[in-house]
Amino acid sequence: MLPPPPPEADIEISDIRKLTDLIRQKYGYEFKDYAMSSFKRRIRRVLDLYKYKTVDKLVSVLDSNPDFFEEFISEITVNVTEMFRDPTFWKVLREQVVPNILLNHDKINIWHAGCSSGEEVVSMNIMLHEMGVLDKARLFATDLDNAIIERAKRSTYSAKNMDLNRKNYHRYSGQPETNLDSYFKEVGNEVVFDKALLQNVTYRRHDLVLGNVFSKFDLVLCRNVMIYFNQTLQNGVLSRLHESLFKYGYLAIGSKESLIWCEIANKFIVVNNEEKIYKKIKD
Amino acid sequence: MVGKYKLSNKYKAVVIGGSAGSFQGITQILASLPKDFPLPVFLCLHRLKHVRNGFVEALSIKSSKPVVEPHDKEPIKRGMVYLAPANYHLCLELGNSLALSTEELANNSRPAIDHTFETAAFVYRDKLIGILLSGANKDGAYGMAKVKERGGLTVVQDPAESMIDAMPNAALAATKIDWVLKTEEIISFLGELDKVTKTLAPA
Ligand SMILES: C[S@@+](CC[C@H](N)C(=O)[O-])C[C@H]1O[C@@H](n2cnc3c(N)ncnc32)[C@H](O)[C@@H]1O
Repeated sequence: MLPPPPPEADIEISDIRKLTDLIRQKYGYEFKDYAMSSFKRRIRRVLDLYKYKTVDKLVSVLDSNPDFFEEFISEITVNVTEMFRDPTFWKVLREQVVPNILLNHDKINIWHAGCSSGEEVVSMNIMLHEMGVLDKARLFATDLDNAIIERAKRSTYSAKNMDLNRKNYHRYSGQPETNLDSYFKEVGNEVVFDKALLQNVTYRRHDLVLGNVFSKFDLVLCRNVMIYFNQTLQNGVLSRLHESLFKYGYLAIGSKESLIWCEIANKFIVVNNEEKIYKKIKD
Repeated sequence: MVGKYKLSNKYKAVVIGGSAGSFQGITQILASLPKDFPLPVFLCLHRLKHVRNGFVEALSIKSSKPVVEPHDKEPIKRGMVYLAPANYHLCLELGNSLALSTEELANNSRPAIDHTFETAAFVYRDKLIGILLSGANKDGAYGMAKVKERGGLTVVQDPAESMIDAMPNAALAATKIDWVLKTEEIISFLGELDKVTKTLAPA
């Protein structure tokens, strides 16, 4: 029989307050409106990882050791991602969204907000390349986490993750003879994405919570990022995403997110409800 | 009027977890739920990570109530049955809403029963009933311990009846379980809960 789990002190909302206050004052990041259910679990995870018994201990380490902060950010954020995540979403981009944008424009500006380790960016480049329109595209890839942005820049992935990526890619392409591996070079246990296809990408740290609107785009992807925010923060971030879109530009959110409960909903129309693609129709 | 399970009218939600071997049981439970069962039910069942469609439809066929896979931050409604979507953890969030997460697998699973149960226990405290069905790993044991810790009521499927008894047994080892029940008994347990909640509900 399994032994009962060791008793652990519950993380109280007041502990979380102390932590987010320190981070705001000392480092200029705002976590107070992250979704409680996942944020609390992330804190628990950091406590377990570094064997800290209490949130107070974590707060004092963060206070006295700025070097630790970057590491903390990497652990507190959720970076799980895949290439061609939700293959049917990518099909709609290829068949409908991108052709529609290029109908009226010679250039297409794309923002990956919360790009994590860059699998989404790689997927976009492969898709645009296969459509023969890569030279018309400018991509911005941003994330809160410096370390993950560096990984995205390297576009180097563990070979053992490629199985899932290949499966997704085949579901997307619908053609068994296409080969995702042809875009990668194997180096030891890793695969490196063809850098020639990444020349139109700018990688940059950017905070969706406190950061400014820095440009306008035809297509913004912000998938599986706002699920870590509470409703209040979602509303704030969405209004800045809205501002970052040209009129009639497209917004894509995660397949299990929805604009229905958001204040900004009436400034968008639904392009594809299953894949959560919206179009800005009002400024 | 006190029924067999001595339930009171304080309960506000039911959370159910299951894995390998639980499909038949959960189908029977959903088929027998009173049509106007007043509490929200949160289901976390282990499922294929990359099959987005089909599961909720399969559960809905015999269910007396519609089963939905919620979106992130969907407001919780009374009497709805919510199913954790493929490849997302389903959590209870403050402010009467649900939250989804793509965090790491827990106990090799996403959705993980522990996450649903723990967050539900945090939100509903002693007003929660946790039910754990058949399954092949220990997911849910920690979650059940949290339900108990916060004062909730714990029920596991009788290991003798479970197709795979590892999951109920892990919960029995992890915490005090209030009722060990066969599927038929879980159905009458929920029937009693339905009656108690409706007839004794404060006006
Ligand atoms: C689960 S990943 C999503 C990756 C990709 N978009 C996908 O759907 O596969 C979430 C990312 O959001 C980032 N993130 C969290 N808070 C952020 C913020 N305030 N500003 C920008 N990015 C943030 C995290 O660092 C993480 O890399």
